[in-house]
Amino acid sequence: MSTSTITEPIPGTILFDGEQAMKGYALNKMCFSFNRADNREAFKRDEEAYCDAYGLNEQQKQAIRRRNVLEMLEAGGNIYYLAKFAGIFGLTVQDVGAQQTGMTVEEFKEMLVKQGE
Amino acid sequence: MARIIGGITTSHIPAVGNAIARELFDDPYWKPFFDGYPPVRKWLKENKPDVAIVIYNDHGLNFFLDKMPTFAIGAAFEYRNEDEGWGIPTLPPFKGDPKLSWHLINALVADEFDICSCQEMAVDHGFTVPMQLMWPGLESAPRAIPININTVQQPMPSPARCYKLGQAIGRAIESYPEDVKVVVLGTGGLSHQLDGTRAGFINKEFDLMCMDRIVDHPEELARMSSLDLVRQAGAQGAEFVLWLAMRGALSGKVTKLAGNYHIPISNTGAGMLLLENAA
Repeated sequence: MSTSTITEPIPGTILFDGEQAMKGYALNKMCFSFNRADNREAFKRDEEAYCDAYGLNEQQKQAIRRRNVLEMLEAGGNIYYLAKFAGIFGLTVQDVGAQQTGMTVEEFKEMLVKQGE
Repeated sequence: MARIIGGITTSHIPAVGNAIARELFDDPYWKPFFDGYPPVRKWLKENKPDVAIVIYNDHGLNFFLDKMPTFAIGAAFEYRNEDEGWGIPTLPPFKGDPKLSWHLINALVADEFDICSCQEMAVDHGFTVPMQLMWPGLESAPRAIPININTVQQPMPSPARCYKLGQAIGRAIESYPEDVKVVVLGTGGLSHQLDGTRAGFINKEFDLMCMDRIVDHPEELARMSSLDLVRQAGAQGAEFVLWLAMRGALSGKVTKLAGNYHIPISNTGAGMLLLENAA
């Protein structure tokens, strides 16, 4: 019997399972540290040094440098921890949603409203 | 004897915490959401529960991936929130009920639910937003016990398992010898997805079906798998298991007294239900 949690893919969705959790551990651990204001300040002072201290790999560091959420997910990021990274820049979940779907923030908000109609 | 007087479900979107802090109750965007709550507050004021059991999911404040319990129960004298990394307001501490917490822990483990006990537990918006919605200003809030279910990392407990956990919570409360009135909150949901190219996905039809069926036919909903929920309700819509756990705890005659549904609040289909649990 397979122990995989995946049955068939769900479009546009990366399931955060054990494989992703192992792949993204360092990235998520760094983002978890952003619960604390002093850690957010330390990151802002020297991003590269902060990423190195948490042992991010090159793919993860590149995604962080580019502020690219889809790349962070690809590198094993979990959205709940990544949201704390987004918080450093004052980004909302609409900003993050717009970036991932290639819409403007206004278009993304409009799309949300339309689903209620 | 302790008894459960009712269950309440509500979405727990962080933006609601900010809207409360900024008192946006009559703002056109927020009004259809906040207007759902006065009947619930009235019911709580009239029925005065002594304890609120709040079934929620931590979103990376208290738990990290180093240790990720499937079910965790707070057993602290008080619970505090933090700014969660994006500067949401910190609130006065919430009073706990450690004696009832340990009764729950003992009863649930005896009932084959092997849960993680937490004498320290930071509570995030999944807990604080519903408490603020039910008891504005929090001065009149009852003692609270947070129960956390993992919805961060797969494998998540199945809807059926969460429903059974709720039933075990119901049995545990009924076996508590003290004369306390308990309300159970199931927070989170309804459909939403924050991550991936499907971000922004909301499923109104599915949400309305769930809000309808959970009143009298929760066991039908409990037959879904976790992945069915992700597919139908979005990656974070899997939080619906928290509603099912609440519903499982109600063992009496369940009557829907109030409900509200609104799209969108933040990226979410926001739902609320008040279910009375008569003996």
